[in-house]
Amino acid sequence: MSTTTPAAAPPRVSQPPAPATARTVRRHWLEHGLVFTLPFLVVYALFLVWPLLWGVKMSLTNEDIAGTHSDYVGLDNYADALSDPDVWSSLWNTIWFTVLSTVPLVVMGLVFALLAHHLRFVSWLWRLSWFTPFVLPSGVVCLLWLWVIYPSDFGFADQLLDFLGLHPGIGWLTDTRYAMLSVVLTTVWWTVGFNFLLYLAALQAIPQHLYEAAELDGAGAWHRFRSITLPMLNRTTGVVVVLQLLASLKIFDQVYIMTGGGPDDSTRPILQYVYQTGFTGYRVGYASAISYIFFALIVIVSLIHLRLTRRSREENPA
Amino acid sequence: MLGSLAGAGALGALSAAGCAAPSGVASGKTRLRYWHLFGGGDGVTMAAMLDAYQQSHPDVDLQAATLAWGSPYYTKLAMAGAGGRAPEVAVLHITRLPGFAPGRLLNPFDLDLLAEHGVTEADFPPDLWRRGQAGGKQYAIPLDTHPIVLYFNTEICEQAGLLDADGRLVPTTGPEEFVAAIRAAGEVIGGPGLVVETLGADTVGPWRIFWTLYSQTGATMLSEDGTRMTLDDQKALEVLEFMRMLSDEGLIAPRTDYAASVGLFSSGQGGFFINGEWEVSTFLNNEVPFSMTRLPDIFGSGRVEADCHSFVLPNQTDRGGPGNEAAHEFVAWLLKNSVDWAAGGHVPAYLPTLEKPEYLDMRPQSEYRSVIDDVVLDPPAWFAGSASALEIELGAVFSGVFTGSRSPENALAEAKSRLQDLLDTPNPFGETA
Repeated sequence: MSTTTPAAAPPRVSQPPAPATARTVRRHWLEHGLVFTLPFLVVYALFLVWPLLWGVKMSLTNEDIAGTHSDYVGLDNYADALSDPDVWSSLWNTIWFTVLSTVPLVVMGLVFALLAHHLRFVSWLWRLSWFTPFVLPSGVVCLLWLWVIYPSDFGFADQLLDFLGLHPGIGWLTDTRYAMLSVVLTTVWWTVGFNFLLYLAALQAIPQHLYEAAELDGAGAWHRFRSITLPMLNRTTGVVVVLQLLASLKIFDQVYIMTGGGPDDSTRPILQYVYQTGFTGYRVGYASAISYIFFALIVIVSLIHLRLTRRSREENPA
Repeated sequence: MLGSLAGAGALGALSAAGCAAPSGVASGKTRLRYWHLFGGGDGVTMAAMLDAYQQSHPDVDLQAATLAWGSPYYTKLAMAGAGGRAPEVAVLHITRLPGFAPGRLLNPFDLDLLAEHGVTEADFPPDLWRRGQAGGKQYAIPLDTHPIVLYFNTEICEQAGLLDADGRLVPTTGPEEFVAAIRAAGEVIGGPGLVVETLGADTVGPWRIFWTLYSQTGATMLSEDGTRMTLDDQKALEVLEFMRMLSDEGLIAPRTDYAASVGLFSSGQGGFFINGEWEVSTFLNNEVPFSMTRLPDIFGSGRVEADCHSFVLPNQTDRGGPGNEAAHEFVAWLLKNSVDWAAGGHVPAYLPTLEKPEYLDMRPQSEYRSVIDDVVLDPPAWFAGSASALEIELGAVFSGVFTGSRSPENALAEAKSRLQDLLDTPNPFGETA
């Protein structure tokens, strides 16, 4: 950096930080910052802001995917969406998946992190094995699990259970009772490594002297875990839970590949309904309206996230 | 239009290749782009036919693209037509024509040009030909009919005493005789005698079976113009009760998805299999002892559900010239050579093919050819046709009747409600031109 702007850099460095008022900051940003951020801002505006606004416009029309016509219909699409039972049932599937997946993903992430933190032999192996699935693309993971559980009675899982003398006859993906659980199972295997990593990093950051002091005071392992480890992980847990909620609400790939939304639409998430309405039903306007209703839900969760992180930053500034 | 920006992005790879040269003549050859959705055995057959075409047409630069079957294919084709830079010729299930904005997304055929290459209206079954029309113009030229048929395991049926002296299945009439035959086959196997697809992702099998049996009663689902429901509750309920009885009485395995249904029959665990004829290559390769015949008259006639692969001319802003001419000639050539296509099980729509000795000698593919006069296509509505909203929505409802999650009465009510929703939804492409 210093070699690129030798003339401008010295006076700014010599300035004391206190008089940097909002005005001077803005002036500096316009002079230098804008140039550097412009490439990003252009891409951001073109691929994020503009489609976002264009989507709002589309959601107020009856536009079809081929763009052969587009008439303004006001809020009709939103009214239709709110009274469309498929919107509600698919939204419920998304939420149900989020609940079913978030709990084990957070709890198992913590448990694995504790194990990896305390196991002193071949610790690299534990870390590797729990994190590796996360780097695979969703398509690979889903096809892998399809081999394991599908078709029922012939897949690897059933063969294994059969070998153990069990004949569960579970319709992993064909029975409405188990299909969603199979998708959750696949997702947990795939993404638990990310939460595991966040927890492991947080565990390693807990100062050792706290444990030593507690041990001197005679605290047992369980007591140390409850009174030191868990409270020290509070902030990480908040981040993990919210990130996980956001990730789970976006469920689409696994269902699309593994069940196609079936059986009887029992696993179809709202994003798939949006996809079906827009891309196979050709009703882009209506699909946009549904996606904005879902967007509102995601925004609410994100705001809670912002709130949580801001509060915790104020409590213990980094 | 800006609204189709997403579509333009998705098609970027294809149109980039397409933009390399202006349509028409490139390097002295006429470029002919052809999109189709044939995978599996059909894909192999089509590839062989295209090779033969290319060999006999050195002046044509044939660029064929196989795209994913079903809704992804139709989304791509619709957007290509909307942009006016579509391929010269493509395949379409003829039942999808009303929902494909003929006139806007598709260009009509030049029947004089087609006649120059030796193909005329008289070469096709009249009903099928008419399904390719809209607004007085011909938008689709039928290649085949692919009906629901009855596969039967010859070994099992022989042991059950269901075959005649020539090894053909003894015909049955009405539900009782058909059920008796299934039972007899089931006793030989020691399990369900009949295989059908009952569930799965986007399952269509239950719809095909319902639509077949319901159409056998002579009743209809929609009015001629596809705007009003004309469902006969009593007859629909009879059919649904019959489907439920198959499960309840153990005549079928109630939880069988498509792959499993094919697997069951090819491993000899089914005396009968009701499905489309397109699995014939699978079973021929598996060497399971089987044959095929028309589905018997169960509810009053021998009608069966079917669809039809047809050729269409997707909308090109500058359609005409050598590319367009090559497209017409290409369609005529494939039709005249459609005896090869019949190997995959489809009944050729081009009538002269049906009389060729090569076709008549093809067994079991020619055993059910008379069905072409008794096929029932999806009702003519924008939301109907292969892999359409109608088939997927009602397929899911009727699946519940097989699996036991819905009573016949509940399924009928739900089917009517979903059908009404579809009728109330305006055609996204507007009224057809």
